[in-house]
Amino acid sequence: MLASDPQAKALAGGQSLLPLLALRISQPSTLVDLGGIAELSGVDAQDGLLSIGAGTTLAELEDSALVRDRVPLLAKAIREIAHRPIRNRATIGGSLAHADPAAELPAVIVALDATLVAHGPSGERRIDAADFFTGAFTTGLGDDEILTGVEFPARNANWSFLEVARRSGDFALAMVAVGVELEGDTCTRPTVVLQGVASGPVRSLAAEQILENSVVDDAVAAQAADAATRDLRPPGDIHASSDYRKRVAAALLRRALLEVGRRAQ
Amino acid sequence: MTGVATETHTVEVTVNGRHFERALEPRISLADFLRDDRQLTGTKLGCEHGVCGACTVLVDGAAVRSCLMLAVQARGREIITIEGLGSGSGLTPLQEAFHRHHALQCGYCTAGMLLTTTAFLRENPSPTEDEIRAALSANLCRCTGYQAIIDAVADFASDGARSV
Repeated sequence: MLASDPQAKALAGGQSLLPLLALRISQPSTLVDLGGIAELSGVDAQDGLLSIGAGTTLAELEDSALVRDRVPLLAKAIREIAHRPIRNRATIGGSLAHADPAAELPAVIVALDATLVAHGPSGERRIDAADFFTGAFTTGLGDDEILTGVEFPARNANWSFLEVARRSGDFALAMVAVGVELEGDTCTRPTVVLQGVASGPVRSLAAEQILENSVVDDAVAAQAADAATRDLRPPGDIHASSDYRKRVAAALLRRALLEVGRRAQ
Repeated sequence: MTGVATETHTVEVTVNGRHFERALEPRISLADFLRDDRQLTGTKLGCEHGVCGACTVLVDGAAVRSCLMLAVQARGREIITIEGLGSGSGLTPLQEAFHRHHALQCGYCTAGMLLTTTAFLRENPSPTEDEIRAALSANLCRCTGYQAIIDAVADFASDGARSV
């Protein structure tokens, strides 16, 4: 049905799609409910990979000891997403396919180098998280494809995920996801991702270059935060101006880097 | 848009302990099914797009926005609405705590508040005040009577022997 009708839409937990229908922003010809496919749900650890079915709810991930243990950054970010009644229905695949520029999960999968698994009439396809988001609310997923899973590689890194929202559960004004590996107190393989400040997640190679092989102190954190946010032109709206979002992103990044840097001592 | 689908799907669902089988249009939300078909008007509709929490019900024990769930998605599930809280006669201990603390003004948000906190206290029977505030941020009270609601939940939770 999805393959033959480009106006048809897949329905997962419905926590983003049903508000769009209620507000008449989205008017699909047909909804295809994926909720009955049990195979889409579950968390599985093997060969250094944590595989999560696209239909797994955020509440299931929040309560999963495997997720807390293997991908603590994901566990932390999920607790920031909306409220428990939303997380009880919302799914990881639904949120990623929706690709809201203000959502947490896109930043998380880019920061963690996750791989997305999609299925369509021609079989299975794997997509790097870095290539998945093509713009606000748009992804590399074909009209005839659905997301079936997300795979997180094991990586021994120190993570931080921080965001600022006006109220617990509101959309964040800006958020950052960072990860570093530490040799003594020196950073290697840094990952810096900002979200909510552009049409999709922004990985800052400039900030990563500054962090590579350095010891994170106040000066390095400030320098990296400046490098990551200098050229950003975040969206401005009634919740926060563009300039304010940019300052919030820089402050969050500085804090997140000091948080992972402190673990070195 | 042309040709709104009028086909129906058969849905079996349990509401407040009673089993129903209904032929429903797929476009009907769980909230509209509960209010219009089951006449359970204790479930309130506020924003109808998942922001206010007034329509919160329990689905297999988990708090869910009934405006963000289609009735056909509730197939085989067990729904509890405000009418199904407790034994049916009198108030539950959590409702009594709300009563004692004047934790309602106009009352429109109260059903959603009670169902959100019922699920929350089952998952976290001894919450801190910060945890209570975070849980209640899922629901809006436009009378802004939040402090009394937080006090009621905290009072209930302080008696560790009580279960929701």
